Amino acid sequence: MQARHRTALFLLPAGAWFVTMLVLPLVVVLVFSFGERGEAGGYSPAFVLDNYFNLPARWTAFQNTLTLAPVGTLACLLIAYPLAYFLAVRASEKWRTLLLVLVIVPFWTSILIRSYAWIFILGGQGIPALISAMGLGDIKLINTPFAVLTGIVYGYLPLMVFPIYVSLERLDKRLLEASADLGSPPWRSFLQVTLPLSMPGVATGCMLVFILLMGEFLIPAILGGGKVFFVGNALVDLFLQSRNWAFGSAVAVALVVIMLVTVTAYMRLTSRWAGGRDDLSLM
Amino acid sequence: MRLYALAVYLFLYIPIGIIALFSFNAGRYAAQLQGFSTKWYGIALNNPFVVDALHTSAVVAATSSTLATIFGTLAALALPSVRGPLRTIIDALIYIAVMVPGIVIGIATLIALVTVFGWLNPLLVALWPFAEAAPQLSMGYGSLVAAHGLFAIALVIIIVRARIAGMDRSLIEASDDLGATPWGTFRQVTLPQIFPGMLAGFLLSFTFSFDDFIIAFFVAGSKTTLPIYVFSSIRRGVTPEINAIGTMVLAVSLGLLVIAQFILQRGRRPTT
Repeated sequence: MQARHRTALFLLPAGAWFVTMLVLPLVVVLVFSFGERGEAGGYSPAFVLDNYFNLPARWTAFQNTLTLAPVGTLACLLIAYPLAYFLAVRASEKWRTLLLVLVIVPFWTSILIRSYAWIFILGGQGIPALISAMGLGDIKLINTPFAVLTGIVYGYLPLMVFPIYVSLERLDKRLLEASADLGSPPWRSFLQVTLPLSMPGVATGCMLVFILLMGEFLIPAILGGGKVFFVGNALVDLFLQSRNWAFGSAVAVALVVIMLVTVTAYMRLTSRWAGGRDDLSLM
Repeated sequence: MRLYALAVYLFLYIPIGIIALFSFNAGRYAAQLQGFSTKWYGIALNNPFVVDALHTSAVVAATSSTLATIFGTLAALALPSVRGPLRTIIDALIYIAVMVPGIVIGIATLIALVTVFGWLNPLLVALWPFAEAAPQLSMGYGSLVAAHGLFAIALVIIIVRARIAGMDRSLIEASDDLGATPWGTFRQVTLPQIFPGMLAGFLLSFTFSFDDFIIAFFVAGSKTTLPIYVFSSIRRGVTPEINAIGTMVLAVSLGLLVIAQFILQRGRRPTT
């Protein structure tokens, strides 16, 4: 009996925090999404579906997000896999931990400052100036989808490397020896043994990066210059500039629903590889 | 293979290096190197807006990560004895807190708190028994700490729970058998084993709060955190002052992360 009281007491502060700061706000968003815009902006109570019928007004934002999020995830994967492979299989024991830490650390530093660095590199005085100095003509890099994609890969690469590294590192090296003994050339061992066994890591990494990209705001805001905007940018506009909370809530609900549907479908698809491991702890 | 890895590391670190390099640039113009100088650090640290934003960020990060470490650890300690539907709900909430995009958390918190304050403030005025004007609830330190604390609590629970799962149960049983009180067992056996997790959780929470832009952008009210200041300055163009601030921000989080990593790595090895 006493132990039960202690358990309840221990859970109480965190539980209360979750209810007031997570459950309540999410319920409010859901309720507001059926409301109407107030006279002076904000929200006025109602129960209408207008906001959801109005969603096509922000179609471009959804289109950009649903194009650049998968493309960005794929780009991260293609760049991250060889590095994860190198770290798990080729790098020497002595340096492995340090090299891994060096990959993870940038993810936990300010994405704002790191994206800002690319304004410097891709902006008028950076790479474009170099290229035109070499006489290769004028190009524009900042405020293009390419700039946003570069920022995405730069920002989320660490999140992709880590789960792939974990699954490759756990791989039983004897399987590769067996494969070689049975006469497989290395490339075939890779395709038939290493790659399939690293799929749980690939699936986890893709899911984490994709989820974060769906809600991205900073990278398109800083490197897209208002020309390449995501749903996140539309949300900032709706809540802080045009102050249409009811419609904004509907956009937010739509974003979360799309995320849930894609992630669930994706997890179904990959469940035969992924064993439901908890890779949320990134350190 | 090695060359490829080197190229990726250069890709990860050159942009950070460039910011740091140009923060020591003597010239006014960001894009031309004109000799070494630390004057932009002086200018940044004498800018009252920067100092104010830095103060806000530090207070919010310290408060939210301290509260999150205490409450998150308590919850993580209680979780192993929770079973059934309640456990499912708690696990789902932790998952949602980490996975829902920061921007959605930000707007949800904004509209929920503004609405609740809208109801409570007239009530406060009506019920206030003293002669002075009644205090009014508004967005600011409280809402920043509350919103950052949510993610931080989830983070601490995940990290500390993993350490509890990897703990040697036989030590606790041995301590009980030898007649230690529950508090004695906790202090002498459990706490030393979960402490590295708590510390790492604290440092990561602090870094998260200190670096967060998107949630703070919505819930800061009239306050300005350092990332909000940097974001609004970037819109006015690239300056060496922002480079100096950026380098300091990166240095703070890099320092904390290296410490967190060191603690976690050490904690993994049995210390004899």
